[in-house]
Amino acid sequence: MSGDNIIETKGLTKEFKGFIAVSDVDLKVKRHTIHALIGPNGAGKTTCFNLLTKFLTPSAGQILFNGKDITQAKPAAIARQGMVRSFQISAVFGHLTVLENVRVALQRVEGTSFHFWRSDECLNSLNAKAEELIEAVGVAEYRDTPAGELSYGRKRALEIATTLALDPEMLLLDEPMAGMGTEDIKRTAELIKRVSANRTILMVEHNLSVVADLSDTITVLKLGRVLAEGSYAEISKNPEVVEAYMGSGHA
Amino acid sequence: MTSANPAIAQSGGLTPQRILVFGLLALGLIAPFGVYPIFLMKGFCFALFAAAFNLLLGYVGLLSFGHAMFFGFSAYVTAHAAKEWGLTPEIAILLGVATATVLGAVTGWLAIRRSGIYFAMVTLAFSQMMYFVAVQAPFTHGEDGIQGVPRGHLLGLIDLNDTLTMYYFVFAVLVASLLFLHRIVNSPFGQVLKAIRDNEPRAISLGYEVDRYKLLAFTLSAALAGLAGSVKSLVFQLASLTDVHWHASGEVVLMTLLGGVGTVFGPSAGAFLVVAIQDYFSGIGSWVTIIQGAIFVVCVLLFRSGIVGVMAPMLKRRGIQA
Repeated sequence: MSGDNIIETKGLTKEFKGFIAVSDVDLKVKRHTIHALIGPNGAGKTTCFNLLTKFLTPSAGQILFNGKDITQAKPAAIARQGMVRSFQISAVFGHLTVLENVRVALQRVEGTSFHFWRSDECLNSLNAKAEELIEAVGVAEYRDTPAGELSYGRKRALEIATTLALDPEMLLLDEPMAGMGTEDIKRTAELIKRVSANRTILMVEHNLSVVADLSDTITVLKLGRVLAEGSYAEISKNPEVVEAYMGSGHA
Repeated sequence: MTSANPAIAQSGGLTPQRILVFGLLALGLIAPFGVYPIFLMKGFCFALFAAAFNLLLGYVGLLSFGHAMFFGFSAYVTAHAAKEWGLTPEIAILLGVATATVLGAVTGWLAIRRSGIYFAMVTLAFSQMMYFVAVQAPFTHGEDGIQGVPRGHLLGLIDLNDTLTMYYFVFAVLVASLLFLHRIVNSPFGQVLKAIRDNEPRAISLGYEVDRYKLLAFTLSAALAGLAGSVKSLVFQLASLTDVHWHASGEVVLMTLLGGVGTVFGPSAGAFLVVAIQDYFSGIGSWVTIIQGAIFVVCVLLFRSGIVGVMAPMLKRRGIQA
């Protein structure tokens, strides 16, 4: 529809009472790629992420999704257009069962979500689809367990299943590996790789080996500005990036 | 305050739960032969009021501090319709509920834009506004209230002046309303409400316009609170300032928390406890408030999930063993 870029920002800026968190960022995310946003603490990654997902309103600039201006759109509206985000802290519905978590995502398109007079048994027709999704991420055996009781890694897996239930064109993952052990990181990385087929993924991630493994393109932010962009091989050779971001690691 | 486990009511084993429900139903049917029926009806009205309030606090996580406006104002409308216009009780009640519904939709639309303590303050502000309307408007008769409201004949046929008939009518209204609330909570809409309560940003990110769901829940809660107020005005044949006063808003919070937020029977249990304290200790005057306060403090310190919230897991365990 709009060429190669699924997301494009023009002069994206966010100011918090005199402090400029994100300044004049032009970001282009190519369709069907995994794009990572990295940078030292306070570089504006999370702010940038919240701007894209509409949880924050930009002070200036424009955001295009599939060529459509979504700068003023509401967060729930962009989700319905096919752009779904995850959260830094695992975001499951703790009192709902694993199956219900996924079903809540599936039921919206059914158009019955305001039907307060019907029994929720009418949602059972979605169970097969939901079971398929929780099976795919490996939490099927916890089908009837309240999600709040799952281990951290399984919560994240469930979160991905819930997100996939919407069959989004674009996934925005906010530090998908935050707080995970090595085993979970490996499993989640494989999962992300697997679900990236026919989808576009933009993620903020601190774990550089994950970023190196998964990403096609990496954008490095520093003090709210784009410092460099390219493949991992390219940016890891960039002296500015090495100094700003990996400097501490190489010191 | 939403820390109570709302899953308890649904996850309980079916058979013990059914036995409990039928036991309570049977108890309700024979109770007026052993206990003063007016006291029971008062309990039922407040049980319904608290259950309506619980829909909002327990299943959406919104603490309203202005529910008295729905309770009290629909009481005025029903009393006025029955007394001045001579309408039959069911029509008078419907008018009261309709008023509460509209009032709920309007105030809710404005209040849900805020959350937490700000939401509570906005609802309190509206409730105070309605209180002063009730003080000033001629049809409410100010300090006197609307007295001598005729109970009339239900559908023009059944005479509600008979205390026992009135009792079964009120009991039927309560049972039907609790079933309706149970259905709301266990509906596709209820699923979304629970999702919003558990994690609002996540619900938004799944594409739900959460404000619309909150507004519908608020309006339904207001409508049922209104139903409670309407019925109460017929039971006591009186609509007065007490029911629109913020004390009533506070009392319903107390009842719900004492009984157990987010449980099906908790608010009813809490309502009966509070009403019982007020009635049976009324002889000792203002000490009632102190006793209430002490019980509330003990409840918050010792069993935060309320009476039913604490008892439900115990019953469940016993039910499984039996």
